[in-house]
Amino acid sequence: MSEVIVVTSGKGGVGKTTTSANVGTGLAEMGKSVVLIDADIGLRNLDVVMGLENRIVYNLVDVIEGNCRLKQALIKDKRHTGLFLMPAAQTRDKNCITPGQMVKLIDSLREQFDYIILDCPAGIEQGFQNAIAGADHAVVVTTPEVSAIRDADRIIGLLEANEIKKIDLVINRLRHDLIRRGEMMTVDDVLDILGLPLLGVVPDDENVVIATNQGEPLVGKNSDAGQAFFNICKRIEGKEVPFMDFGKSVTIWTRFSSLFKRNLQEERA
Amino acid sequence: MSLFSFFKRHTSSQIAKDRLKILLISDRVNCSPEMMELIKNDIANVISKYMQIDTSSMEIQISKTGSTARNGKKLPVLYANIPILDLRN
Repeated sequence: MSEVIVVTSGKGGVGKTTTSANVGTGLAEMGKSVVLIDADIGLRNLDVVMGLENRIVYNLVDVIEGNCRLKQALIKDKRHTGLFLMPAAQTRDKNCITPGQMVKLIDSLREQFDYIILDCPAGIEQGFQNAIAGADHAVVVTTPEVSAIRDADRIIGLLEANEIKKIDLVINRLRHDLIRRGEMMTVDDVLDILGLPLLGVVPDDENVVIATNQGEPLVGKNSDAGQAFFNICKRIEGKEVPFMDFGKSVTIWTRFSSLFKRNLQEERA
Repeated sequence: MSLFSFFKRHTSSQIAKDRLKILLISDRVNCSPEMMELIKNDIANVISKYMQIDTSSMEIQISKTGSTARNGKKLPVLYANIPILDLRN
């Protein structure tokens, strides 16, 4: 039985594509067969994040319009067997396909794959409607910022209105130093506002930039973000994984201890 | 604790959280502050037919915490605080 997961956020630039690439790669690393679908027609980017931009011949729109067979548009990943990418068309726009066509395409992939992961475009228009049409499970990505959380709340309302039952939250780009100073909302603050089950917390990590430069997802590698993405994959697989110990609300103790640590560092310097 | 909450109130994360809470309530019900004012006036007019109320200190707000359960989800509620001056007989 395959699971169709849409990765969405409302706001652009919060990490939908990075999350899609890493979750897809992580699940493939765990031995699952996975297809990543770039639903961002006209502004595709999942191909570059995956490092597969040079292999594109056919795309999702070609499949829907019958210009090629389904298999011809599936690009095999460089490193992981069982991981495939279906790229979006770059020179078309989001209105050239319909939610009904997406559902049909997804249904034809269900037999072959354990996980079908859709990278949703930003916004709430046709592209969003296409991406969520066939999804069983939505992963809402947000950052601990007012604008991203506001858009996430709007998206959650639309997902519920479209009767997507399973909706989880990933909080991306968390900065412990800012949280410790009380200058960034904590994980608990965000959960309190959005009221969704937490699927993962990804710290802000320069390794994400490096990985994107190289076109190699960092899931499972020795970095904070890599570990956090791998934990998300395990939770999707139904395993109980404790959340990494950060993002706790600021208490008197953490304030004192951070002050103490800072003094120690200064003394050493 | 009171000393601590004094500090906490001034952090930008607390400001962000407070702003979001108000923002999301009006986003969720698609209701602007101006519209709330209109609703308040209409409610005041209706209630005034039956009892004497203090319209100047009347408050209405939409709150998330009042919650009526529907499939386990919290629903926002419209909360009105209307001081009664004198019940008309």
